[in-house]
Amino acid sequence: MKILVPVKRVVDYNVKVRVKSDNTGVDIANVKMSMNPFDEIAVEEAVRLKEKGLVTEVIAVSCGVAQCQETLRTAMAIGADRAILVETDAELQPLAVAKLLKALVDKEQPGLIILGKQAIDDDANQTGQMLAALADLPQATNASKVEVADGKAQVTREIDGGLETLALSLPAVITTDLRLNEPRYVTLPNIMKAKKKQLDTVKPEDLGVDVAPRLKTLKVSEPAKRGAGVKVADIAALVDKLKNEAKVI
Amino acid sequence: MALDAESFDLLLSTVQRFVRERLVPAENYLEEHDEVPVELVEDMKDMGLFGLTVPEEFGGIGLSVGQEVLVNFELGRAAPAFRSVFGTNIGIGSQGILMDGTPEQKAEYLPQVASGALVMSFALTEPDAGTDAASLKTRAEADGDHYVLNGNKRYITNAPRAGAFTLMARTGGPGAGGVSAFILPAGLPGITLGRPDKKMGQRGTKTCDVILENVRVPASYIIGGVPGQGFKTAMKVLDRGRLNISAVACGMAQRILEEASRYARERKQFGKAIGEFQLVQAMLADSQAELLAGWALVREVAQRFDQKPPHVSDPDVSMRVSCAKLFATEMLGRVADRGVQVHGGAGYINEYPVERFYRDARLLRLYEGTTQVQQLIIGRELLRQD
Repeated sequence: MKILVPVKRVVDYNVKVRVKSDNTGVDIANVKMSMNPFDEIAVEEAVRLKEKGLVTEVIAVSCGVAQCQETLRTAMAIGADRAILVETDAELQPLAVAKLLKALVDKEQPGLIILGKQAIDDDANQTGQMLAALADLPQATNASKVEVADGKAQVTREIDGGLETLALSLPAVITTDLRLNEPRYVTLPNIMKAKKKQLDTVKPEDLGVDVAPRLKTLKVSEPAKRGAGVKVADIAALVDKLKNEAKVI
Repeated sequence: MALDAESFDLLLSTVQRFVRERLVPAENYLEEHDEVPVELVEDMKDMGLFGLTVPEEFGGIGLSVGQEVLVNFELGRAAPAFRSVFGTNIGIGSQGILMDGTPEQKAEYLPQVASGALVMSFALTEPDAGTDAASLKTRAEADGDHYVLNGNKRYITNAPRAGAFTLMARTGGPGAGGVSAFILPAGLPGITLGRPDKKMGQRGTKTCDVILENVRVPASYIIGGVPGQGFKTAMKVLDRGRLNISAVACGMAQRILEEASRYARERKQFGKAIGEFQLVQAMLADSQAELLAGWALVREVAQRFDQKPPHVSDPDVSMRVSCAKLFATEMLGRVADRGVQVHGGAGYINEYPVERFYRDARLLRLYEGTTQVQQLIIGRELLRQD
C-alpha cells in the first residue's frame, strides 16, 4: 500500500509575521520558511506506518513555487521514499490544492492520504475535507491516533467534549492533529540520502487542473490590540460589564 | 568541501531544535550529575553529529569551516559539555588524520570517527609543556620498526571516553622539528589514565592525565607515516579548532545575553522592570554590540579559511584566526560578567544559568591557546609581514 502525504511550505512557526503596509497580505520576503508543523506530523505518521511494515511506499507531495523542493527534501529526510512537486507561481487556494491532489490520487492510487488538519499560515482547515469529497473517499479529521489493519483504519479524533473513534475502509483521507506524534529529529545520514531520492516535477496543466483563485482577498490587517484587564469588585459588577460593556451576554 | 545549502539549512534547523528541546532542558541534570545523559549521547550519534567534519567519502557530512562555525554557534547556546561529547571527534581529535594522514589511516579511522563508534582525543599538553608546546618531553624512542613511548599528558579532554588519541611525542631532537603525531589506540598496554580533573566549570566534560609507560606501537602509527611533522600537524589542527572555539564563544554570549535580557524584562525594582533603567540597558547594549562584532569577525575569517587551499596553513589566515579567538573569547568574558551583573545577587546563585555560564566561559580564554598566545601569534605575524 502507498501513502500520499501532501505537505505545505509555510512561514516558520518561530517567525512573527507582519502585515504588509498596503494591507494586501503578510510580508514573507526574507522570512524563514519551513514545513507546516501539522504536515510534519503527517509525514512522521506515514513513515512510522512504513516502519511497522504496513505500508510499502511513502510519497510526499507539495504544490507551489520551486522552493517547495526544500520542503519535500525535508519530508524525504524524515523518511518519505519519493516526492512530487506540482510547480506553479500562482496563488493556490484550498480548493485548487484539493483538485491537484485529487488528480495525483487518481494517478498514484494510494491506500491512504495523510495531511495536516490545517496550515499555520491561513488556518483554513479545508484541503483534506475537499479532497475527500472530490475523490469520494471516507475521511477522519483531527486524528490523535491512527491504527491500520485489514484494509481498515481505526482513527481516534479530537472533538469538542472528548474523543471519537471512527473506522474507515481504505482508501481514505486522514488529517492530523497536534498530539498524533512527535516528529523525529532528522539525521545527517538521512539528509544525505534524501538528496539522492527521486523528486518529480509536474505542472497544474499536466494534471488538467485550473488553479485560478475562486476567492478574492479584500484586505489583510493586524488583529486589534488587546487592552489591559481590570479587576472587578464582585459578581454583580462582572455581570454588568459583560452585559453592557463587552455585550456578550 | 561543503554541504549543499539546502541540506545545510535542514541540518542547522535540526541542530537548533535539538539544542532548544533536548540540550537546554538537560542542563540542570548535567550540572547536578556531572554526566551527559547516555540517551542524549546516543541521539547525537544517530543524528550524525560525530561526523560533521568528516568528508562524505568516509561516512561523514563534510561541512566547510563557514558552515561548521554556524553549527558551533548554535551548540554554544547550551552548556558546553554537550558539544564536548563529540567536539574532539569533529575537531582536534581527528582533524590531524584528515589533514595529514595516509590514505590507509584515513580509511581505517575516519569512518569510525564519523559514526561515533570511536571517540578521539587530542593529547598535546604536558605538565611542563602548555603554551610552550614545542618543548614537550614525552619521548618516542625508535626500536626497529616500532616506537616506545614514555611520558605524561595533562588536561586531556575526553580521555576517559577516548578509543584513540592523536598524541604528540618527541621522536627526534629538541624543538618543534623533533615532534611526531601518533594515532594511539587507548587500549594499548602501558597507557593509564589519571583521576578526573576537578574543574571550575564545564561540568560534564571529562578531562584527565594520560600516562604512558613503555607503550609500544608500530612506526605506521605516525600520522602521515613521516616523523618530525607532528608540530606542524598540531598547529594546523589548532587553527581550525580555535575558529570553532570562537564560534562557540559567540553562541554562548548570545545565550547569556538572552538570559540577561529576559531577566531585565521580568525583574522589578522601584516599581518597574529593571530593564527600564538606562544603566541596565547600557550593559545589555554593550554586550550586544560586542557580540555582533565578534560574530561578524568569526564568520569573515571562516570564509577566508575556506578560500585557502585545504590542509595547508597560511600565516595570514592563522593570524586572523588568532584575532577571532582573542576577540570572541574575551568578548564572551565581558558578556558573561555583565550577564551576572544584570542579574544582581541572583546571578551568583546556581539556579540561574548565568552563574553556570560565567564559570564555563572562563575556560574559553585558556584552552586551544591562551589569549596571550594569540597576541604573540598576531604580533609576530604583523612584524613578519612588510
